[in-house]
Amino acid sequence: MVKMYLNNIVIDPERMERLTTIAKSSLLPLLKGALYNTIPLTLLSFAFGLLLAVLTALARISGVKLFEVVARVYVSAIRGTPLLVQLFIIFYGLPNLGVTIDPFPAAVIGFSLNVGAYASEIIRAAILSVPKGQWEAAYSLGMNYVQALKRIVFPQAARVSVPPLSNTFISLVKDTSLASLILVAEMFRKAQEIASTNYEFLLLYTEAALIYWVICFVLSIVQDRIEKRLNRYIAR
Amino acid sequence: MMISVNGLYKQFGAIEVLKGIDMTVEKGKVVVIIGPSGSGKTTLLRCLNVLEKPTKGKIKIGEKKLDFDNPVGQKDIHAFRRLTGMVFQNYQLFPHMTAIENVMEGPITVKKEDKASARQKAMLLLEKVGLADKANHYPFELSGGQQQRVGIARALAMEPEVMLFDEPTSALDPELVGEVLKVMKDLANEGMTMIVVTHEMRFAKEAADEIIFMDQGMIVERGTPQQLFTQPKEERTKQFLQLIQ
Ligand SMILES: Nc1ncnc2c1ncn2[C@@H]1O[C@H](COP(=O)(O)OP(=O)(O)OP(=O)(O)O)[C@@H](O)[C@H]1O
Ligand SMILES: [Mg+2]
Repeated sequence: MVKMYLNNIVIDPERMERLTTIAKSSLLPLLKGALYNTIPLTLLSFAFGLLLAVLTALARISGVKLFEVVARVYVSAIRGTPLLVQLFIIFYGLPNLGVTIDPFPAAVIGFSLNVGAYASEIIRAAILSVPKGQWEAAYSLGMNYVQALKRIVFPQAARVSVPPLSNTFISLVKDTSLASLILVAEMFRKAQEIASTNYEFLLLYTEAALIYWVICFVLSIVQDRIEKRLNRYIAR
Repeated sequence: MMISVNGLYKQFGAIEVLKGIDMTVEKGKVVVIIGPSGSGKTTLLRCLNVLEKPTKGKIKIGEKKLDFDNPVGQKDIHAFRRLTGMVFQNYQLFPHMTAIENVMEGPITVKKEDKASARQKAMLLLEKVGLADKANHYPFELSGGQQQRVGIARALAMEPEVMLFDEPTSALDPELVGEVLKVMKDLANEGMTMIVVTHEMRFAKEAADEIIFMDQGMIVERGTPQQLFTQPKEERTKQFLQLIQ
């Protein structure tokens, strides 16, 4: 199949030209999909998700039974069910209860809940990795819980959690393609729409894949920078 | 009286670690606590700054008083802690901050001092402990002795009424012990009130106004270094002193 397709391109200059034209003309709509939907969806979901994750992690280690149970059930439910099913429940399911949410906010809710659950485990482990003596040193200066957390524990936990959180972030970029199935006009849905008019599925899906790749590549460079910066106070 | 402790008890689960401690320390005095491992020395210091909450008893520092026979609020505990400066056996510097940032941290976050004046004061404290040239080094770039001196400066920055030291030199290589003890002696000579748990008997003899010998959660005997080291009254004190000499 691949060979035949390649043969086609090589042999038929007219077809080659058609593909080039489509590739060029679809690039802008795809990039717009990325810029107006994929990227905002990722950033918003990650920001809300991280906030939710910190709260969940703190609840898990709070020592208050009720908080712990609520956090545990939430994490377990999200991790134990497929992301696509969660998105469908929010977008197609909730209207049965009279709750209708537009595609984009529905996607933000779904992805935030998802990031919140996965990242909370990362953050919990990172907070617990800070030695108890650091809390005590902070308390002995007269700090309260919030001050100790903010000034002493979080900065040290951040160093530990940046690599796994970066992975979560990069996964999220790719997972936003699932939002196409709840009608968010993000990049992959744009690719589907264009391909359905000209039947050049391989071309358009590959083009979308390449754009995802470029985005993730840039992110991994950013991740590297952040890690280096956070590691500056560690003996090498 | 700077500090007074009355009927202080501390229980961990079923184990009673402090069994009714009574002690007083006058302003400007240096008290050294000695005693065998597990006798409750660390626990006593940690109760004095409420890192451990005593089971019962009263602690008074300056004008402030905590009575653990009644429920004690978190706010009161935080306020009370500011009266004491704690120096830890393993330094516990904040690794993500430079030496000077470690010293500035308390004043900025807790006392809400502005950065510039906190930095100035921190620099003076680093000079005092002989580390002005290391101000911008991270803890991992410092020796154990240097880290502990930063630890002392960090505690001093909060201008505590009393400094608490828990075996400040016992994690150090022998050649680094002297520089830390010197800083502590200077502090004592300046009139700082200090409670020091240590196995450094030379420091105890030279710098202490009073020695307290603890065993099994109780104060067995107390006296001037002269009295306690040369003519101990209690049998347990004699045994302990023989063991360490
Ligand atoms: N958090 C805790 N939970 C349970 N038991 C504890 C706790 N902290 C201390 N203990 C116990 O209390 C007793 C006194 O401990 P503490 O650390 O105060 O002794 P110490 O005199 O400082 O000994 P060392 O010279 O070895 O430092 C020990 O038996 C110890 O096992
Ligand atoms: Mg101890």
